[in-house]
Amino acid sequence: MNVSTAAGVRSAPRSGAGPVVEARGLAGGYAGVAVWSHAQFTVVAGEFVAVLGPNGAGKSTLLRMILGLLPPLAGELLVLGTPPRRGSPDIGYVPQGRGLDPEVALRGVDLVSLGLDGHRWGFRVRTRLRGERARLVDAALEAVEASDYAGRRLGQMSGGERQRLLLAQALVSEPSLLLLDEPLANMDVRNQAAMAELVARVARAKGIAVILVAHDLNPLRRVLDRVCYVAGGGVAIGTPDEVVTGPVLSRLYGAPIEVLTDSRGRRFVVGLEEEAAHPHDGHPRPHHGDPRRRTP
Amino acid sequence: MIGLGPVVATSTGFSWDPVTDLRQMLAFEFMRNAFVAGAVVAVVAGVVGYFVVLRRTAFAAHALSHIGFAGAAGAVAIGVNPLWGLLAFCLSSGAVIGGLGQRLRDRDTVIGIVLAFALGLGALFISFYSGNSNEAISILFGEILGVSSGDVALTAVIGVVTLALVAAMYRPLLFSSVDEDVAQARRVPVRVLSVVFMMTVALAVAVSVQVVGVLLIFALIVTPAAVAERVSRSPGQALVVGVVVALLSTWIGLAISFYVDYPVSFFITALSFGAYVVVRCTSWLGARSRARRAQVAVA
Repeated sequence: MNVSTAAGVRSAPRSGAGPVVEARGLAGGYAGVAVWSHAQFTVVAGEFVAVLGPNGAGKSTLLRMILGLLPPLAGELLVLGTPPRRGSPDIGYVPQGRGLDPEVALRGVDLVSLGLDGHRWGFRVRTRLRGERARLVDAALEAVEASDYAGRRLGQMSGGERQRLLLAQALVSEPSLLLLDEPLANMDVRNQAAMAELVARVARAKGIAVILVAHDLNPLRRVLDRVCYVAGGGVAIGTPDEVVTGPVLSRLYGAPIEVLTDSRGRRFVVGLEEEAAHPHDGHPRPHHGDPRRRTP
Repeated sequence: MIGLGPVVATSTGFSWDPVTDLRQMLAFEFMRNAFVAGAVVAVVAGVVGYFVVLRRTAFAAHALSHIGFAGAAGAVAIGVNPLWGLLAFCLSSGAVIGGLGQRLRDRDTVIGIVLAFALGLGALFISFYSGNSNEAISILFGEILGVSSGDVALTAVIGVVTLALVAAMYRPLLFSSVDEDVAQARRVPVRVLSVVFMMTVALAVAVSVQVVGVLLIFALIVTPAAVAERVSRSPGQALVVGVVVALLSTWIGLAISFYVDYPVSFFITALSFGAYVVVRCTSWLGARSRARRAQVAVA
């Protein structure tokens, strides 16, 4: 496989022939204890991958490893051809949201520009954006259709509007990979679909690969290319038809699972909660994490 | 640190002529010292307070001041300038609190436990001191009218160091305060920043204690920043508003206490509290009239 160097990728990231993320025999977990292992997959430029699975299965662990915040426990992980390194501007990240504190004196533009130079020491005397900085921030705001309200304080926006600004912050460094951890949580069904469409539209226009962690496949099924299912200590990746099926999920969970499809193509994963929810995990987890999911 | 101010102040009269009044006040060295030290402390407290409020670590700042009380009392007991005791205790406990990490709930309990012990320790140290209890009162409630020229110089040096630290870490500190997870992913050293920031707070607390004392530290560090957070749109604006509120509270409080024989600390805390009440009421009234307009528009 032709693995490009970091410098090569940086200069021509959009042509994107090489894989953006490549995992071989990868194991992930905390403190030396693997949550899942033997993961084998590649994500190519411009691809939209949804990461699904119950709570505690290690979905966020995978994102943290790609970000370089956690080392692989075994196997090999390459991001844009090199081992993951923390602070790469090639990766845009929106973490799982307890959300931003709406009380803080911060405008949307302030939030987005932190994504550009918030990691640099010192301060700027001039708070008005100029030149290249202004162009990048404007482009990111425009991409997520947030230009109209970016001058407002965070507290004067809806939760969905703040979520868009976080997406703009992730986009402002012009990344080739977007990691979104549960961006659809706490949204109603219509907003979930709108947000998924927005992410897909932006990513497609700029050739950005997206790895999006979600609880429910259905709001994403129009936009995703492949599904990465993390459950029962393993990782299965493929198209929804390949992965979200009774036999594959039963093997992954180690328990009988059925997948029902309704007339509109929505899939429902049904299984025995007690056996299937968290086979590798002794801790009780919130109910909504179990694989017997219902869509409102 | 003796209550010289009010004695002198009663011998002069307020004239409604700002120039004459100012000249009258500034004729006394203790007033000049108080205005300068008060200005330094107000600027430092306003700037550091912005981040204290932003990071929701007001309780930690409060605890630092109580731990500082033990340090100041200990310094007095062994005959050293209390500011040194304040600095030593605040800085070391600031480093520990900053290193505890972001688990706020755990931190509240731990901080509360240490705070109570530190106050007890302070009480013990005070009992070692053979003099009268004025020293303890001035640490607890502030004694800006007793600030010496040497204290002013030391305060200015600490103030410059504090502001330089905040300026150097401004952007990453803002980033990690607003969204720690993303900041960490973008290679901001959030843990180191947390420690250095708490030590910066420790410096700010140590100098602020001279003005308002251990018990009233919120009036300068938290209240002006809370006012600023409510009325400002951007971080830069909030910093300026916080500094202005702290500075005006301190200077006007000083001026009033020159003519009215009550503690300066009371006037300073009352002024900053008043600013907060005004801002709360204004935003409440604003919200109510907006709601009424919306109702009218619907009808």
